[in-house]
Amino acid sequence: MAAVTARAPKSMFDSGLPGWIYRRLFSSPSNALITILLVWLALMTVPAAFDWLVISSVFDAEGTRACRAIDNGACWALILEKHRLILFGLYPYDQQWRPSIVVGLFLVLIGVSCSRRFWNLSLVPIWIVGIVAIAGLMWGGVLGLTFVPNERWGGLPLTLILSVFGMAFAFPLAILLALGRRSDLPIIKTICVTYIELIRGVPLISLLFMASVMFPLFLPEGMSIDKLLRAQIAIIMFAAAYQAEVIRGGLQAISKGQYEAAEALGLGYWQKTGFVILPQALRIVIPPMVNSLIALFKDTSLVVIIGLYDLMNAAKASFVDPAWRGASLEAYVFIGAIYFLFCFFMSKYSQALEAGFARAEKR
Amino acid sequence: MAGQPMIEMTNVNKWYGDFHVLTDINLKVEKGERIVICGPSGSGKSTMIRCINRLEEHQSGSIVVDGVELANDVKKIEAIRRDVGMVFQHFNLFPHLTVMENLTLAPIWVRKTPKAEAEANAMKYLERVRIPEQAQKYPGQLSGGQQQRVAIARALCMNPKVMLFDEPTSALDPEMVKEVLDVMVTLAQEGGVTMLCVTHEMGFARSVANRVLFMDRGQIVEENTPEEFFHNPQNARTKLFLSQILAH
Repeated sequence: MAAVTARAPKSMFDSGLPGWIYRRLFSSPSNALITILLVWLALMTVPAAFDWLVISSVFDAEGTRACRAIDNGACWALILEKHRLILFGLYPYDQQWRPSIVVGLFLVLIGVSCSRRFWNLSLVPIWIVGIVAIAGLMWGGVLGLTFVPNERWGGLPLTLILSVFGMAFAFPLAILLALGRRSDLPIIKTICVTYIELIRGVPLISLLFMASVMFPLFLPEGMSIDKLLRAQIAIIMFAAAYQAEVIRGGLQAISKGQYEAAEALGLGYWQKTGFVILPQALRIVIPPMVNSLIALFKDTSLVVIIGLYDLMNAAKASFVDPAWRGASLEAYVFIGAIYFLFCFFMSKYSQALEAGFARAEKR
Repeated sequence: MAGQPMIEMTNVNKWYGDFHVLTDINLKVEKGERIVICGPSGSGKSTMIRCINRLEEHQSGSIVVDGVELANDVKKIEAIRRDVGMVFQHFNLFPHLTVMENLTLAPIWVRKTPKAEAEANAMKYLERVRIPEQAQKYPGQLSGGQQQRVAIARALCMNPKVMLFDEPTSALDPEMVKEVLDVMVTLAQEGGVTMLCVTHEMGFARSVANRVLFMDRGQIVEENTPEEFFHNPQNARTKLFLSQILAH
């Protein structure tokens, strides 16, 4: 107790709220300046944004007139009115329960794939069933479902198809490319290096253009590959080149001793790679890998330029209607929130994954 | 096949660029023999034993392990590696796998041993290296000495005919050297496994080696029984080396 009484006399800045404020916000002139600036910035933006988003906004689907009348609030009536167009694009209105189920299937597929319990060969049949179910629901033509050509697909299911399948198929391809680039076999190495450098050196937009405009010119007369499939392949190829370089970074971080220990035990190349090297390399690259997956998820919106109705394009379609002209910001905020939810999940998931590994190995 | 040596190296040469690491190595190791290799750093002793399981490639001469000649044939190399266990200076355990998984990985996938049998066998070896209670931990949770004992058990789980030890105690804290050496001595006394050990632990050499080799500048300069080697060294370089490591 002596130590306590020997302390310097208490001032009001020692403890409690004033103390906290002093220590955290005003402990030096520069800190005080930064605090004041930030408070000023918050005062300038937050109330105005809140006013636009909530207080002055119009939810009434009665709508268009009410929206015209206000000039300082969000017209959420647009979302109420057009959310099905934004979410499902031009998919036949009375059949939109099908893409709704598809979105649910995607969430299940993502959830299962993210769970470490399923990180084994059981993922293969799960994905096959998932893909078949998604294709069946979207296209129809089976089990009494009416056929919907994929020109009419759109919105969130289309974005999920392009991005989730893009990631899922790019991943194994990327692993092979990364391994190939480090291969001792000159032909394989050359092919992988050329592929990666070529694809990585080209913007995704031009790949999509090539896929939609140039590629059909090379095909024989009468043969055509579906536009959506071509865009999907372009996205897979693009993502694979980027992921390959991320994974290669992880491979390089594994010490020579790990390779030698695996070899000394008589493990063959694929056993060594699959059981010893890749599990460690992929763990190391979780943060950059998730970073590029998030980028890929948003990059799928570039399919706008080849006329696919993904979430972004569907949102644009929602406010071309003259009655709703001027409500573009609301549509963008809405799809922005959807993009954000998915990206935020990816970010949180990767953090949880890293923490989980760290906990298990206590390193 | 009786009387065939376990390892036979004939006129083995190896270069790193211009540097001649191994010069005309001739070495015959009989089944069950225990050999200690010592010499100053950079003398090529690690390189020599790493040639035996092809972690290093030799450029000329021949290496025959248990009747199989090492060449560029991947199948043969893998066959030899199955029967040649190796313990590294820096343990090289797989950090993402538990001790048990470290021990059973190769038996299950290389030897095709059923999982239950591989695990029972692994427990047996963990008991032999005196850490059965650590089976479910990850290498990062163990001390250096424990990790090296796990590494020895991992090599033994493949039931090897030859065990190569590449400075197994050099990276350990002094107080952990003994626990690893004890395990190695027990292994040597049980017999059966041919052992080649690069080490500067002269006490270990005295108590278990049949032969001690001294290497310098890529050559085997002297080889003898431990008794003769320590008390009556022939070569001037051996004498100098022994005086340096036994001086303190």
